[in-house]
Amino acid sequence: MIRSTITAALAASVLFTAPAFATTIFVSNEKDNTVTVIDGDTYAIKKTIKVSRRPRGVVLSPDFKELFVAAGDGDIMDVIDTKTLEKTRELESGPDPELMAIDPAGKKIYIANEDDSLVTVMDIKTGDVLAEVPVGVEPEGMTVSPDDKYTVATSESTSMAHVIDNATNTLIANVLVDSRPREAKFTHDGKELWVSSEVGGSISVIDPATWKVIKRITFEVPGVRPEQLQPVGMDFTKDGKELFVALGPANRVAVIDAATKEVKDYILVGQRPWHGEFSPDGKKYYVANGLTNDMTVIDVDSLKAEKSVPVGRLPWGVAVMP
Amino acid sequence: MLSLSVARLHHGARQSLRLAAVSALILTFLAVPVATGPARAEEPAASPPPAAPATPAAPAATPAAPAAAPASQMSGAAQPAKTLNVVYLGKRYEEPLPLSYAEPIITDKGIQGARLMLKEAKQAGRFVGYDFNLIEEIVPRKGDVAAKAKEILAKGDAFIIADLEPKDLLAVADLPEAKNSVIVNIRSSEDALRQEECRANVFHIIPDYAMRADALAQYLIWKKWPNWFVMRGTTDKDKEYVEMIKRSAARFGGKIVGEKVYDLPPGARNTDSGYQQVQGQIPLETESAPDHDLIWVADSNQGFGDYLLYRSYKPDLVVGTQGLQAIAWDPSYTEYGAMHLQDALPKIAHRAPTERDYTAWLGFRAIADGAMKSGTTTPKDVKAYLLSDKFRLEGFKGQAMTFRPWDHQLRQPIILGGGTRTPVSVSPQEGFLHPTNVTDTLGFDQPETKCKFK
Repeated sequence: MIRSTITAALAASVLFTAPAFATTIFVSNEKDNTVTVIDGDTYAIKKTIKVSRRPRGVVLSPDFKELFVAAGDGDIMDVIDTKTLEKTRELESGPDPELMAIDPAGKKIYIANEDDSLVTVMDIKTGDVLAEVPVGVEPEGMTVSPDDKYTVATSESTSMAHVIDNATNTLIANVLVDSRPREAKFTHDGKELWVSSEVGGSISVIDPATWKVIKRITFEVPGVRPEQLQPVGMDFTKDGKELFVALGPANRVAVIDAATKEVKDYILVGQRPWHGEFSPDGKKYYVANGLTNDMTVIDVDSLKAEKSVPVGRLPWGVAVMP
Repeated sequence: MLSLSVARLHHGARQSLRLAAVSALILTFLAVPVATGPARAEEPAASPPPAAPATPAAPAATPAAPAAAPASQMSGAAQPAKTLNVVYLGKRYEEPLPLSYAEPIITDKGIQGARLMLKEAKQAGRFVGYDFNLIEEIVPRKGDVAAKAKEILAKGDAFIIADLEPKDLLAVADLPEAKNSVIVNIRSSEDALRQEECRANVFHIIPDYAMRADALAQYLIWKKWPNWFVMRGTTDKDKEYVEMIKRSAARFGGKIVGEKVYDLPPGARNTDSGYQQVQGQIPLETESAPDHDLIWVADSNQGFGDYLLYRSYKPDLVVGTQGLQAIAWDPSYTEYGAMHLQDALPKIAHRAPTERDYTAWLGFRAIADGAMKSGTTTPKDVKAYLLSDKFRLEGFKGQAMTFRPWDHQLRQPIILGGGTRTPVSVSPQEGFLHPTNVTDTLGFDQPETKCKFK
């Protein structure tokens, strides 16, 4: 009660003072069934939006007009209007959606259905199911290549990255990686595919010309037990020169040189950082810390954690709107 | 796989789409080699057209093979699969019955977990040119397991998932022809199998009593509840478990303030008006206990442990074989993707997964993963991979699990739950340190091992 009053007061004050087109940060709170909306300039909380049960993956449409929230326990995908910050519609995602990807044109959404071992391809406007592609057991991570040719799904149990040809919606390659792969990301030029393996404790770099693993990146932090170094969420910097990866139970974000594939630095953040996102100008990295209920702001130039913003319980994913 | 794809129907559009997707999939398998190579045909000869947007009334978009095409058709174009035959070797032992008549008696613990992994291993293998068979060999109560094993081993080295009690397990492992086989113990927690009676061809998925006692003890010490009153039944398993409680007390600073043997035979299950007698009896059994923080019960026969809850002389917590238990799988465990097993097993078994289903599922996975990730097929080669530092087994515990080289016990976090609606914790607990691997604070660590592989 007290908290909601404070939130409302904060929201009200921000409404009157914030510039019209400030950066907005969205954080999904897995335990609270909410999405926290944060002003990117002041880090004040603009609103806490009630969504369906167990929100995890959050993705913005390429035109930033809509935010898609995968609600795993609600078996639904909530769609939020980013102007009004109200939930406007739902997509019938199938059971237990967790992560999803949107094609560069903003027409199709690719959803991993853990329960059915399927990738569902859906029309983003109508919610019609365009195709379903059978993949390995427990698909999770999803990404679309920058040229829109391929979609990649990782399967947690099968430990593979499955490559879907977007023209035909068929599988064209299945790449074995280390245990429990989570997120997949293409480099901005599309020449490499990086896959994080949570339990394997590694990132596999895959060459899309051959779909073979060309490099395996591992982590080492003095004083941290090796089994705690679990890479999950990954993002390339705007200039594509570095990759930021959240290491979950190690309470750190690792920074990897994209060219040499060497780890440059480990940045101490809150507990169990899970997913993050860069600010539109690329100068900040926002990462959600599941166990400390906050979001850490990292300064990209200095590689320093400079602020912690309290959000809801068990924050999971981050999306950023310019 | 076809039946999996059409099994769940959400609405009409999804179904017709699903048929289209399945048809398209069959075409893909015919057109593109799916095995290990980079199957990246830019323009496959028989490339199916993109699936059209579906309306509820739309027919299948691809005029292709019938959806009910036999599975062989799909593998037809793939490279010849490397096939692994995995034997599930069990025996119909007499097992303790659940205390309540209302609780169903489960007679297929373990095998259902193996069947689920067969399905999943086939699904994964399809993508990398592997196939798996599960050969179910469960002998009658008075059957000869060793003779059955000889029959299996006459065909060569084997992968054996052993749902066997210690005596039978050792009889199989000690057969000369079993020397280079991989035998996976999914059933017995007996410590000797990891100590004096360890065998080089046996791997243990299920935690032993030492690990279970340590997992509970760490939590109790963390809670600052170090004074334990032990109540045990009369079986050898109960006596062994109590020895391990004593070992844990010495390791972590617990104290056993008293020990009582409950020697009434289990008798019939919970009978009509049985609660009246139990309500009077249990306070008497626990009245004379010295000062303690809780009761630690060792009752493998499930004869009295559950009766201690809410009926003891003092308002006692109960841990051990009943109450709060240290287990590899808990009926309410959902973390690190565990909902997958909670959901998937009932679809084939029509009941919730048990600990033995989990260990069978995980044991099969160790074999299947070991083969696929090393690219090998023989028990000898897979064994080498299981013991290499490359092997990392995933099983919903939030960290990679590996085998201890000194006794082949699987290192694993252990759930504390069982008697509760949600898991209470997972051990090892924070603050219990180890120079190399914190999970080695549970069970027999290298310096204290009595295992000598011959």
